[in-house]
Amino acid sequence: MTALQIIALVLVALGGAAVVLTPEPLRQTMVLGIYGVSLTLLFFVFQAPDVALSEIVVTGIGLPLIVLAALRKIRQQEQRNGDEEEERTGEP
Amino acid sequence: MSRPVRLGLFLVAGSGLAAMLVIGFTGLPDFGSAHELVGSVVNLTEPTLRHATDVVTALNFDIRAFDTLGEEFILFASVAGVALLLRHMRDEPEQEGTTPGIEDHRFAGASDGLKLTSLVLIPLLLAFGAYLVFHGQLTPGGGFQGGVVLAAGPIAILLAGRYLSMKRVAPKRVLEGADSLGAAAYALIGLGGLIFAGVYLKDPLPLGASGHLLSSGMMPLNSIAVGLEVTGAFLLTWTEFLDQSMIGPPSSSGGTEGP
Repeated sequence: MTALQIIALVLVALGGAAVVLTPEPLRQTMVLGIYGVSLTLLFFVFQAPDVALSEIVVTGIGLPLIVLAALRKIRQQEQRNGDEEEERTGEP
Repeated sequence: MSRPVRLGLFLVAGSGLAAMLVIGFTGLPDFGSAHELVGSVVNLTEPTLRHATDVVTALNFDIRAFDTLGEEFILFASVAGVALLLRHMRDEPEQEGTTPGIEDHRFAGASDGLKLTSLVLIPLLLAFGAYLVFHGQLTPGGGFQGGVVLAAGPIAILLAGRYLSMKRVAPKRVLEGADSLGAAAYALIGLGGLIFAGVYLKDPLPLGASGHLLSSGMMPLNSIAVGLEVTGAFLLTWTEFLDQSMIGPPSSSGGTEGP
């Protein structure tokens, strides 16, 4: 096993833990993207460039966009619910 | 359930799992020493019998071409499901460009740097995506990867400017068409094998010179079909999700700022 492969394995282990330990969903999406890059590096140094390409397009572009759009929608909904509450009770 | 009981349950289950993993991993062959027969056969046969230099693409479009057909339609069905659900939730007729207030929807928070980077990225993304799709059987990549990169091009338009500009470049009808056409094309290429070679998905085309753009029989065609479908599928999914969050129901007061 080469040094690059060991580094990639360690990065993936640390990155996976970082994704799980990030509490806030918006920040978690960003950490997940970085974790995807480390997985891409892992696949690349283990001589699987096809898988590396799939990995980077899915975690780099595909997944974050959907998660971000969903998060924004949830935030809008919460905001609207808060506004309605305000109107009903008359206090912020 | 109290905390000590839960902890005890976890310890029992966790130590069991750890024991299984240790037993499993010690039984594995040493790192780098496993050379499976199937892998060697594929590595030997695909470049010589199919003239494909990227064996992974050759695997997808030749050895397990039928599985790829199934995956194509899994993607197609799931995207259709997403579109159906989200359109039903919005509960409004699809009228391109007539939604009130759509002109305003842009990334107000986008800096000039982000806009410039996105503008520079658009041609690069399209060129790299097209390269990946067309060189599927030659270099790493192929229809799926190239398709997602191609789909990212219009997303860069969204980052650089307005959502409406992106929708003008990639309207839903075109995306639906690309998605369906790509899926249908893959199935029809297979049918071509049935007609001209007697077996579904069998390769009736000349193999060409190894390493050339037009080589490996049907593989470039399959790659283009998959690329078309994936581009349409990803962009359609993103558009449906963005419609939800960028436009949303008319009562929404926000919606002019970036996420």
